[in-house]
Amino acid sequence: MPKPHIASFGRFRRSHEFWLLMVILGLCAGLGFANAQFLTMQNLFDLLTSYAFVGILALGLLVVLIAGGIDISFTATASVAQYVTLSLANAYGANWISVFAIAIGIGGALGALNAIFIQKLRIPSIIVSVATLNIFYGLLIFFTGGKYIYSLPDWFATGIFWFEFEWGKDSSYGVNLQILALALAFLVTWLLLNRTNIGRQIYAMGGNSDAAQRLGFHIFGLNVLVYCYMGVMAGIASLVQAQLAQSVAPTVLVGKELDVVAAVVLGGASLMGGVGTVLGTFLGLTLLAVLQNGIILLGVSSYWSPFFVGLVILISVSATAWSQQERRALVARR
Amino acid sequence: MATFLEMSGISKRFGGVHALRDVDLTLEVGEVHCLVGENGSGKSTLIKIISGVEAAEPGGRIVISGKEYPKLNPVYSTHCGIQVIYQDLSLFPNLTVAENIAMAHHLGGLHSVNWVSMRATAKSTMAKIGVEFDPDAKVSELSIAGRQLVAICRALAADAKLLIMDEPTASLTRHEVNALIQLVSELKRAGICIVFVSHRLDEVLEIAERVTVLRDGAKVGTFAADTIDGRKLSQLMTGKSFEYHVQAPELAAGPVVLDVKGLGREGEYEDVSLQLRAGEVVGLTGLLGSGRTELALSLFGMKPPDRGTIVLDGHPIALRTNAEAIHRGIAYVSEDRLTLGLILNQSVAANVTLTVLERLAGAFGLIAARARQTHVARWVAELGIKVSNPANPVKTLSGGNQQRVVLAKWMATDPRVLILDSPTVGVDISAKDGIYEIIRRLARDGVAVLMISDEIPEVLYHSHRVLVMREGRLTTDVAAAATSEDALRQAVNA
Repeated sequence: MPKPHIASFGRFRRSHEFWLLMVILGLCAGLGFANAQFLTMQNLFDLLTSYAFVGILALGLLVVLIAGGIDISFTATASVAQYVTLSLANAYGANWISVFAIAIGIGGALGALNAIFIQKLRIPSIIVSVATLNIFYGLLIFFTGGKYIYSLPDWFATGIFWFEFEWGKDSSYGVNLQILALALAFLVTWLLLNRTNIGRQIYAMGGNSDAAQRLGFHIFGLNVLVYCYMGVMAGIASLVQAQLAQSVAPTVLVGKELDVVAAVVLGGASLMGGVGTVLGTFLGLTLLAVLQNGIILLGVSSYWSPFFVGLVILISVSATAWSQQERRALVARR
Repeated sequence: MATFLEMSGISKRFGGVHALRDVDLTLEVGEVHCLVGENGSGKSTLIKIISGVEAAEPGGRIVISGKEYPKLNPVYSTHCGIQVIYQDLSLFPNLTVAENIAMAHHLGGLHSVNWVSMRATAKSTMAKIGVEFDPDAKVSELSIAGRQLVAICRALAADAKLLIMDEPTASLTRHEVNALIQLVSELKRAGICIVFVSHRLDEVLEIAERVTVLRDGAKVGTFAADTIDGRKLSQLMTGKSFEYHVQAPELAAGPVVLDVKGLGREGEYEDVSLQLRAGEVVGLTGLLGSGRTELALSLFGMKPPDRGTIVLDGHPIALRTNAEAIHRGIAYVSEDRLTLGLILNQSVAANVTLTVLERLAGAFGLIAARARQTHVARWVAELGIKVSNPANPVKTLSGGNQQRVVLAKWMATDPRVLILDSPTVGVDISAKDGIYEIIRRLARDGVAVLMISDEIPEVLYHSHRVLVMREGRLTTDVAAAATSEDALRQAVNA
């Protein structure tokens, strides 16, 4: 039956993701033409590695946005998870499994705290997460005095390097911790959202929470799960970042929230809830990375980077809103 | 006929207020049963008790399919096949048709989603009632009537034996209502009991076999539909009797205020000519999409016409914005007062003064508190708005009182022309009468009123002259005394 395929491709062509893909392809072609460095294996791996942190957080935030909430406390959550986990590893020794277990535990617990305030006291999620961002970060700075940790366990500093292969002359590539974690985060989030009933309940709740309640959804449980998931992603991202930076810096993560929000919103997720896809988030992240990387490769001052990111978000959101208006007008006329 | 549900001695109290008092209800398998009553009569509470959302007070008995449920909850009630389609439909606009219909697949503990069986369920359910939507289309892409069909499918997919529909026709066109009535009789033939809650009494009488009337939380009685008529029904609902007569056309003998010639707007309406006289109430009816709302919006400056002339008090005017229209004395009360006409969270006072802030401004453009208070007090008294304190938010008021606030807001601008779009939608019968009284008084004071409505009796009995629009053209312009309900119905649907 070829017909449904045509229909679903038609639907894809009208989707936000399709336009995003076209923009990215165009941008890549242009950048590849302007700078031979851009379309190299080296640059691709570098980009994946350096955007893993933002990407993993973006997947957590995607789930929160689909559920109809928002969370911006995740950078503070990540800072706390990173500092506590690696201090413990330095003091008592640890391995890969135990550091990730600790970081995930801390992230999940702080996420649950957000969920409890938001659901039990019915405070808007933006306000709760602004408050908890400051509280988590404030406590961290108070107890650590803002001191960096430079000495990490050797096995952690070395990282992992799997499936090594040669490409071109004397350069070898492989799957490092960052790329592995990013890939797993994408896979798990995609499975959660599209292949489990809980994921579909999250979409449903974000689309119409009153209706979800009437159907007997466990709204509180779903919200705890969603904010915990965000926290868990923050925990994982924090270790990925520390491994890349080869240090723990309590002050550098907070302030990166808007990059993450940018990637998810560029990917078509709606702040109103119920809308957003893993593919969209991947493309949003790609666009953000290509844009920021391209600006550097073109030799434009990196001070321009926020300007272009802002411009692209505005254009993309306006284009989507405009095409929706057009379609609505078309439906209304019929 | 077998009995599906039997309730007796059902009472419910919220705080000190009796929402329901000793109500009995019996529903037979395969019957269409209408539930009518004014706002606050206890209809929604009764539905909530049937669906297990609210528990009845001790002493009541609920028997479903021969089994007694002392503590009914939503899980049991769903299990018994009781499904409610709420007025807002409770669908998920961001999900596909298939997911919405087969929502039950998503319940329960963590498990994987079977998209194939979900689509199959959706398709076979849709086939049962003869509709064919793309199962992968998003519900937000469907029309309101389409969404309603999806909601019905969802109830059927959940194996409904009793389908309760709360105001299902509120946002449907006449054509769509006919299709729904057709569908209801098919469902009835399949042995499903249907409880139909509606404000529109002519529909109730058309569809129901039995009608249960509630008033002030008590049951007035259950009647066979063929033993009562609309007048009797409204009397039972309100405890008062209303007799309406066609208005005498002599009342409408003022000078022409608004003279419209050859007005047209691409794709919406064309070649519309009409006159409104001071002191005249003109009713305008037509199907949804006939161009009536677009015409009204053009007269209010929100959809500027492409062709034709508008003359107000002898001066040709070109309206480009609604601010101009308001300035020239044209006021428009929109159909959807909840989202367009009122700021629900703000006080009655704030809403009433919204249109006249400039006039209330004193020195330095600041608003004098005393002038504001006097203004608010005057309009609250004049329109009889029932509010203990004008500082209370509008959302705490009943539908009829909210509509009075909207009217006060526009009447305060001293309009020459007042356009009312469906002024009594969602308003009780007794509150409706109050609104008609206000409209009559406005006309007596020399305002030209254009009243748009779906309900033919409303335009016939409360206007001096009736206009009918069909497919973008004004097809009928007749004195109310010279026509009848049947003639108008024909003109609208022909």
